Amino acid sequence: MLAKPGHPGSLVALTISFRIRTLFQATNCVVSSEILIEIKDVNFAYGRRPILTGINMIIPRGKVVALMGISGSGKTTLLRLIGGVMKPTSGEIWVDGECTSALDQEGIYRLRRRMGMLFQFGALFTDLSVFDNVAFQMREHVDLPESMIRDLVMMKLHAVGLRGAHKLMPAELSGGMARRVALARAIALDPMIMMYDEPFTGLDPISLGVIANLVRQLNDTLGTTSLVVTHDVQEALDVVDYVYYLSDGKMMAHGTPDEIRANKDPLVHQFVYGEAEGPVEYQYPSGEYAAELKLGKRREASPPGGRHAA
Amino acid sequence: MPHRSLPTVRSIGAKAIDNVLRLGYATRFIGLTLAHSGTSFARPGLIVRELYYTGVLSMIIILVSGLFVGMVLGLQGYQTLTTYGSESALGVLVALSLVRELGPVVSALLFASRAGSAMTAEIGLMKATEQLSAMEMMAVDPIARVVAPRFWAGVISMPLLAAMFSAMGVFGGYIVGVVLIGVDEGSFWSQMQSAVDIREDIVNGVIKSFVFGIAITWISLFEGYDAPPTAEGVSGATTRTVVTSSLAVLALDFILTSFMFSGA
Repeated sequence: MLAKPGHPGSLVALTISFRIRTLFQATNCVVSSEILIEIKDVNFAYGRRPILTGINMIIPRGKVVALMGISGSGKTTLLRLIGGVMKPTSGEIWVDGECTSALDQEGIYRLRRRMGMLFQFGALFTDLSVFDNVAFQMREHVDLPESMIRDLVMMKLHAVGLRGAHKLMPAELSGGMARRVALARAIALDPMIMMYDEPFTGLDPISLGVIANLVRQLNDTLGTTSLVVTHDVQEALDVVDYVYYLSDGKMMAHGTPDEIRANKDPLVHQFVYGEAEGPVEYQYPSGEYAAELKLGKRREASPPGGRHAA
Repeated sequence: MPHRSLPTVRSIGAKAIDNVLRLGYATRFIGLTLAHSGTSFARPGLIVRELYYTGVLSMIIILVSGLFVGMVLGLQGYQTLTTYGSESALGVLVALSLVRELGPVVSALLFASRAGSAMTAEIGLMKATEQLSAMEMMAVDPIARVVAPRFWAGVISMPLLAAMFSAMGVFGGYIVGVVLIGVDEGSFWSQMQSAVDIREDIVNGVIKSFVFGIAITWISLFEGYDAPPTAEGVSGATTRTVVTSSLAVLALDFILTSFMFSGA
């Protein structure tokens, strides 16, 4: 008997599907090592504009790792580089023993079949029902009978607490529900890596807590490795094993959540504790405020005693 | 000191380069679409689904427009032919006008407005909401899964819609000419039968609408795929689809007509 959705016991269903993984996952048998993703001296630029500079990262197998930083620090770009959507300008990205920049399109697609990604706002296919969204990858990549697909989809939806919503269309879901359906879709083929792009953005506190716990539980139950890109500090620090902090395209700090909380670097400290004052300026660089408002010119133009007249 | 006209010249040059680049992207896009069409033919259900959205849902506007265009042709043609005492040739006038020109051209313009704009908006929004990126991350090629089925559905739909337009137009001409005005029914149909040539008129009309179908669907899909992922970007792309497709149809019609009917 399956437990209630959301309860750790509900992940029995996922454990079952984890065991089924070997049935339909076409993997190249790379000898397992402790490191799943390794990023070596990666630089990336859009034209002449550098986005990432000298990035080095290691993501161990089975861990939940957070990639943090303020908006525009290059987190999502790094995620896309790992997914092989873009290639680094220089440096190497190794995923499960394969260098992504050396892979052709077919190789990248083969690798992506073992990756799951949760997009910031879910990115559900709006013309497909919840059921069909979750079944999408199974139908595209695996030759399974429809009855088996149905069972697997129901297991995934049960794990995120939305089995009863399988007939709904994405437009009928709330933001939190859409994110959970997208999560069920992302784990459809039991990926070896789960990548989360800002999974907590725009969620109410309950949904946020549910998603944060699901990230941890799915990782542990499925034996996956997770990379969470986020700037929601407290939620992330509660569920991850290790944190990398990016600022302005450079890796500024890394460590366990406790080490990051105790970090004295002004940049990290300001970010972790959400302080307005610090090295990260609130104001976008601009000219002098008085000059912008033409206050000097107005004073010069106003007649003598004009201010009194007003 | 640089000449005052330099920024203008620079801006014209930048626009020209931008347009040439876009043409290059569009050519590469259609090449990729054709190269990745295997999935569509291996899974015909994908094309059938799009045929419904692009073809079947366009039928109402095509049929109603065809009927009215045919009725107007019947009225105007009768007025003109009466001057020369040859109103019995009304069927020929209506049929040839529709099969050779109005059928392919007007149905293509309607198709661009109805189905082309919808394709652009749909793909543009899929891009803006990261659905295409999600598909790519799931190792599913969006060109093969989303673009190619729509392309072939558009190419198949267009000649069929043009044929329906022409058929409804002939019926409209018949209603006005024969039923309402009283032109002799026998001469209406028999003259049409003897004057309309399958190869010269019907097949050429089908070729035209096939070419228009390729042009409109290509433009619509490329504009959607290339649209900036914002509300303004998608709206601009949709407008460009209708404008560019309409101009392309009219220009292609002139070129095709000059090849097909110049010796007639």
